[in-house]
Amino acid sequence: MKKIGVLALQGAFREHVEKIEELGYQAIEVRKSEDLEDIDGIILPGGESTAMGRLLSDFRMKAPLIEKIKSGMPVWGTCAGMILLAKELEDDATVHLGVMDIVVKRNAYGRQIASFEVDEVIERISDEAIPLVFIRAPYIVALGQEVELIHSVDGNIVAARQENMLVTAFHPELTDNKKCHAYFLKIVEDFACTQKKKSV
Amino acid sequence: MNKQYNLNKNLAQMLKGGVIMDVTTPEEAKIAEEAGACAVMALERVPADIRKHGGVARASDPDMIKGIQAAVSIPVMAKVRIGHFVEAQILEALEVDYIDESEVLTPADPMLHINKRDFSVPFVCGAKNLGEALRRIAEGASMIRTKGEPGTGDVIEAVRHMRMMNSEIARIQSLRKEELFNAAKELQAPIQLVEYVHEHGALPVVNFAAGGVATPADAAMMMQLGCDGVFVGSGIFKSGDPRKRAAAIVKAVTHYKDAKMLAEISEKLGEPMVGINVYSIKNEELMANRGY
Repeated sequence: MKKIGVLALQGAFREHVEKIEELGYQAIEVRKSEDLEDIDGIILPGGESTAMGRLLSDFRMKAPLIEKIKSGMPVWGTCAGMILLAKELEDDATVHLGVMDIVVKRNAYGRQIASFEVDEVIERISDEAIPLVFIRAPYIVALGQEVELIHSVDGNIVAARQENMLVTAFHPELTDNKKCHAYFLKIVEDFACTQKKKSV
Repeated sequence: MNKQYNLNKNLAQMLKGGVIMDVTTPEEAKIAEEAGACAVMALERVPADIRKHGGVARASDPDMIKGIQAAVSIPVMAKVRIGHFVEAQILEALEVDYIDESEVLTPADPMLHINKRDFSVPFVCGAKNLGEALRRIAEGASMIRTKGEPGTGDVIEAVRHMRMMNSEIARIQSLRKEELFNAAKELQAPIQLVEYVHEHGALPVVNFAAGGVATPADAAMMMQLGCDGVFVGSGIFKSGDPRKRAAAIVKAVTHYKDAKMLAEISEKLGEPMVGINVYSIKNEELMANRGY
């Protein structure tokens, strides 16, 4: 069975763990660099990116995580996770993992009072409209050439993919819909498949 | 309930596994953010000072809250007096991210809490037991915390409240369906919420620890007792080395089950806040007894 890591330093990691398990995969809570060794993909959950970034550094997990992602391990960042992956943040010199060629604006919609939910179809992920929940959400203000736009809401980019890296500004783990998780697990399966071919 | 209420519960979910720190200046807010706090609580005096100074404690000066909002990018919470709906309207106008209707301030209503359903901004409220928690949720709170005994650095009351919550939830779960009506009567809480607890074995919202947490071990203990995260009030900026202690408590909440890690984290933190033994406080001065 494929093992999906969920970064469990802070934030809504339990919700991701539940979704992964409901879809029949094993979920591993990742709190130390050793936990990164035996996983086939990793989700960076929502929460506070400053808190997670600080803990990634303090627990010396930054370098091994960057290396894993660069070697092709599938990663999905939701909300704060997207901020962690970004190469650049708007109006903020902080760079956390800096692996994905996107520029992200934090708290792009404003404070909690501006948090919102919409139902939209994301063709790549689902034929039907799925609920998209934005909580003090960021969005992407610029994409690198290698990055594929997956979805925009009101003209702002809220989902994108660069090879093994998927980011969403919204929180599929907070809804009953599992389509986004299924989409990410497909990326994990495809990656495992190519790895197998390589080793043969 | 409406969409905004769900979004407000969702924000509390994002705070889980994190530490919310009391701060009184933009400088302290920066220290908290750098230490890894998942939110800050902006207030003029920490509970230990409110206790010491006495008098009437009210909501903070909006200018002070705005200063803290400008200083950090993490969510900013602020306190209002129990029942003081106009203080809450003012904080909503300031667009704070969460309002704490708090027993730390002097209550403004002798019978009622705020009807939190009238607001778009989310509310967190303290609770000593399940009935209190469910009443606050019925009024529209989207997050609960233990009351503990604020400003003491003594964790015993927070432990009492969390243990009480756990045992009452377990009792509700063990009841037969028809017994829930009587349980609702005893808890003085709406039947729908009692049914939710019966079915899920948990509150319908996130539950944090608060009131007396002063060390990484205190924080980890509350997490092991089943809290989703921790508020630290006076415990940080009344200690010898706030920067170090703040970062250590954040780490302890992440690694709350890892004793080896906790030992490492707890080293050389300097003096903790001095603290007051809860049992030395006169009954009428206990903050946890405020609220209905």
